[in-house]
Amino acid sequence: MPRPASRPAGLKPPPKHAPQRLHTTADLRTLQRLMTHVLVRPLTDDDRLQPKWIDGRPMAQVAAEFIKPNDRLTSFERLELYNRMYWFRIIDSVYEDNPGLRALLGERRFARLVRAYLAKYPSRSFTMRNLCARLGQFIREEPRWTAPRTAAALALARFEWARTVAFDGEARPVMTPNDIADAPPARLRLGLQPYLSLLAVDYPVDDYTLAVKERDALRGEASHAVEHGPRRATRHKIPPFRRRPIHVAVHRYRNRLFYKRLEAPAFRMLEAIQAGRTLVQAVAAAGRGVTAEQVRDWFATWMELGWFCARPARPKNPRK
Amino acid sequence: MPANRFNGHTDYGIGLGLRVPHYAHILEKKPVVDWFEIISENFMVDGGRPLEVLDQILEQYQVVQHGVSMYFGSADKPDRAHLKKLKTLVRRTKTPWLSDHLCWGSVDGTFTHDLLPMPYTFAAAKRTAEKIRQVRDYLEVPICVENVSSYAEFHASEMTEWEFLGEVVERADCGILLDVNNIYVSSKNHDFNPYDYLNHVPHDRVGQIHVAGHTKFEKYILDTHDHPVLDPVWKLYAHATKRCGVTATLLEWDDRIPSFDEVHDEALKANAYIGGARAAKKRAAVTAS
Ligand SMILES: [Fe+2]
Repeated sequence: MPRPASRPAGLKPPPKHAPQRLHTTADLRTLQRLMTHVLVRPLTDDDRLQPKWIDGRPMAQVAAEFIKPNDRLTSFERLELYNRMYWFRIIDSVYEDNPGLRALLGERRFARLVRAYLAKYPSRSFTMRNLCARLGQFIREEPRWTAPRTAAALALARFEWARTVAFDGEARPVMTPNDIADAPPARLRLGLQPYLSLLAVDYPVDDYTLAVKERDALRGEASHAVEHGPRRATRHKIPPFRRRPIHVAVHRYRNRLFYKRLEAPAFRMLEAIQAGRTLVQAVAAAGRGVTAEQVRDWFATWMELGWFCARPARPKNPRK
Repeated sequence: MPANRFNGHTDYGIGLGLRVPHYAHILEKKPVVDWFEIISENFMVDGGRPLEVLDQILEQYQVVQHGVSMYFGSADKPDRAHLKKLKTLVRRTKTPWLSDHLCWGSVDGTFTHDLLPMPYTFAAAKRTAEKIRQVRDYLEVPICVENVSSYAEFHASEMTEWEFLGEVVERADCGILLDVNNIYVSSKNHDFNPYDYLNHVPHDRVGQIHVAGHTKFEKYILDTHDHPVLDPVWKLYAHATKRCGVTATLLEWDDRIPSFDEVHDEALKANAYIGGARAAKKRAAVTAS
């Protein structure tokens, strides 16, 4: 298994040695930096604390510098408990958020991807909800973990992150037809809800994720049923994930998650609105061959779904 | 303590941790429960279903906020954006007090999402107390800090865990959320007498108590919150309430969560252990009148 890059993003280098006495906040920080580096250190293939430290010394020696042993556990073993708990906790969280990606790659490859990802990008947020914010970026940066299915994996990672955003992302006050009745379309710029994601992806991620969900539900039932055997397992197979470009909006309505397929021109129009174009420009972006009636229908649906809001205030002096 | 300045002078009874698998049951059946403890972080979101559920719960129940990411013991400064989100939630829930752990878990903005043990030193106590004061001043709500379970100790420590806890809360002038299960777990992992711990904490600062289940392994005990409360923990609980008085008590059950009724029944077992403390309270009332 290829080893990920040695220094996790955002962490300052660890001290050479643990501070012997803690007289100041700086000493406390040094100790915490050292221990954090130990915890985020990737586990070995059999889920143990790595026997060697970053500088090549035996980990047992480094652990003994700052952790007391007791009559049952060495310093190394005590640190290992924390190292393992750290990894199992964050891996579980990524597993929960990415059922589709997990099904695509299979358990072993998915596990390797997750570990490599979290080794490079440990959490920078107080909540594990944001753990997967950079997973798409990582898949692009290090395609070897997902090859040859990198494009499919990326599509799923983006989609599954969009679901997190749609679940509890910010909702701004909804624009109603009344709010914009008097605005000239050539000047009107709307905002899209922050919880809404527009995805143009090469794979039918929505169908695939739903199939996985259905399979998992059936598996759950099967595991509760008295009789189940290999015959049932074959019935749980998910259809193959073949390339077929789609446009999909991931959003919520009355606080429930929804995926809405969009026609390409409708998608282009929404993208233009999101980018801050005027309504007239957005309609033009939809392309020729789109009728006024189509645009009216789309617009009415989006309005009903509450997708439009005021544009966020622009930062001052944008030209600087 | 029953009602004191650390729990906003409330006298809450026996509460439960609000957990996702129970949402539907609670919202539909509206069972009688003294109070719910929520994990603040689950509701420090910008919108969606979590806040909708919370608002429905708030209409019916008393709610207290319990955090897992303030990391009073981290050397890092409290994060402004984090505090702002937390204050928005405090205003929403009107929590009479707020608790988080006496631990650390982040450094230089990287988060471990764990509750890591402190080195028990005077410098660390001073820094931790300073942060508790800053957070309390900003949030404008009483704070109780909770003792954590731990599996390691530092060479650098200069005192026992209970001395450290005392040092921090006196310096910060804050309350204690006394987790008797955590005391038990740590006492086994670090070979101390849990009753020494209980006898030495400043009892008048205890604003809330936690009970929970744990798991025994060959060489250590883990704080797993996936079991009923074990007997020795209930005994510690009884002792704690004798010392501190009948105090707002909460059962934590976070993994392999059974039905709502099962969790509630487990929590209500606490009633059987606070008889001694209740009798003492009555005697005191009679003497006073
Ligand atoms: Fe607790």
